[in-house]
Amino acid sequence: MSETPIIEMKNVHKTFGSRKILKGVDVVVKKGETMVILGPSGTGKSVTLKHITGLVAPDEGDCFIMGESISFSKEKVRERLRAKMGVLFQSGALINWLSVYENVALPLREHKISKGEELHRNVMEKLHWLDLVVAKDNLPGAISGGMKKRAGIARALTTNPEILLYDEPTSGLDPVMSNVFNELILRLKKELHVTSIVVTHDMESAYMIADRITFLYEGKAIFCGTVPELKASSNAVIQQFIHGKTVGPMILDHSEQKKKK
Amino acid sequence: MALVELAKSFIFGAGYTLVLLFETILQFRAIFFKRNEIVQQMFTAGISSFFVVSIVAVFTGMIMGLNAGLGLKDFGAEGQIGLLLTITLTREMSPFMTALILSASVGSAIAAEIGTMKVSEEIDALEVMSISPVRYLVMPRVIGFSLMVPVLCIYSSILGVFGGAVVGHFQLGVEYQVYFNDVLNRVGSVPGLKDLYVGILKGFVFGVTVSIVACSHGLRATNGAIGVGRATRESVVTSFLLVIFIGYVLTAILYR
Repeated sequence: MSETPIIEMKNVHKTFGSRKILKGVDVVVKKGETMVILGPSGTGKSVTLKHITGLVAPDEGDCFIMGESISFSKEKVRERLRAKMGVLFQSGALINWLSVYENVALPLREHKISKGEELHRNVMEKLHWLDLVVAKDNLPGAISGGMKKRAGIARALTTNPEILLYDEPTSGLDPVMSNVFNELILRLKKELHVTSIVVTHDMESAYMIADRITFLYEGKAIFCGTVPELKASSNAVIQQFIHGKTVGPMILDHSEQKKKK
Repeated sequence: MALVELAKSFIFGAGYTLVLLFETILQFRAIFFKRNEIVQQMFTAGISSFFVVSIVAVFTGMIMGLNAGLGLKDFGAEGQIGLLLTITLTREMSPFMTALILSASVGSAIAAEIGTMKVSEEIDALEVMSISPVRYLVMPRVIGFSLMVPVLCIYSSILGVFGGAVVGHFQLGVEYQVYFNDVLNRVGSVPGLKDLYVGILKGFVFGVTVSIVACSHGLRATNGAIGVGRATRESVVTSFLLVIFIGYVLTAILYR
């Protein structure tokens, strides 16, 4: 694993309406590393991912991909940086009137990267890889949640990205399918040498795939380290979260907290 | 305070829609690449509203023909309904009612479709793949819709005129030959051709308006199913108001 930071978030603040979501988040991901972003619901994990993709700009701070700002650069630069990324959204985010095959082919067709036999070969390779050949002619509405997520990964892989971002890859999946996904993430890292960020609150998954873990709580990164370091952390919030205890210092419901104030 | 928020939201919405229209025009360079999607959108807009436009057009012609004919009969001028209907339908009524029908049927569908894509992160997925949602979704819909509305305007004018002919013949005793002579003379005359062009122009402007408003509301949808419902409703209401307003402004400018 190289020490070069591929993804870097520096002091990122973000407010939506009256709610402050991120309060100075710093994340550094090195080349070839799998960084898991953990944290309770509503703590800003998905917003963090949206900052890294440049879909959301921070109110304060900046996000860098391979040393270039994605937050405040021109659209051309942002497009160039995004070309190095593949993103798996929580639901797969497949275009619902296109078949699985056409969804996977979409970036290649739209950017005229390849066509004809070359495009077909590229798409079929990804479909084989993710065991989706049987579903290639199905519309997203006719396939399972797991298949949708795999199709989302296949689509993300067609442009051979250097960075893969996963938003809750195992949510809504049974334990067996969750493990299939965990193994897939490890396989992608091993065979394609991609740098990954995985947003999740699935502890099993985090322990299995993470090189390092960043723990977000109340809009701040309160921990960053390896799995053993996380398990040994003396932070009461982290201990409550990883053991799934209902009693502890963690604020479970933000709306309730607001009412009390 | 609520009024200030409403004004802010109105100004933001209007600004967003105008910028979206400008971005759509910039994407016209991809028309050839997107030709299949454009044809598909024309087909969708045409087919999905064909039946209702046909029924409304025939009955509009019949209702207008009957009302005008009964009024003109007092002066012995019921034979003029062909002329009257041709003028009213081509320059005003057909574009107006076609735009209203399409905004309620196709426009609402566009807002709901794009809104659902927005809340289910499909729009985000397009942006992350550096696929412009304006080029991929908005431009084909705006062009397909805007080209289809004038076609439907002409079609509904023709049906309305035929509806008026039937009422004129059976309820007012106007001969078909007299009726259609008036219609053809008007259409062949310079003012008649102007009416036709104005009708086509209005249809095109209404098409652009309804489709860009629908796309704009869809792209701004938030908050799940409730947000999609709100975007759809607001899209139809805004389109109705704009069609009425723009229709008046165009008539005032073109018939001074």
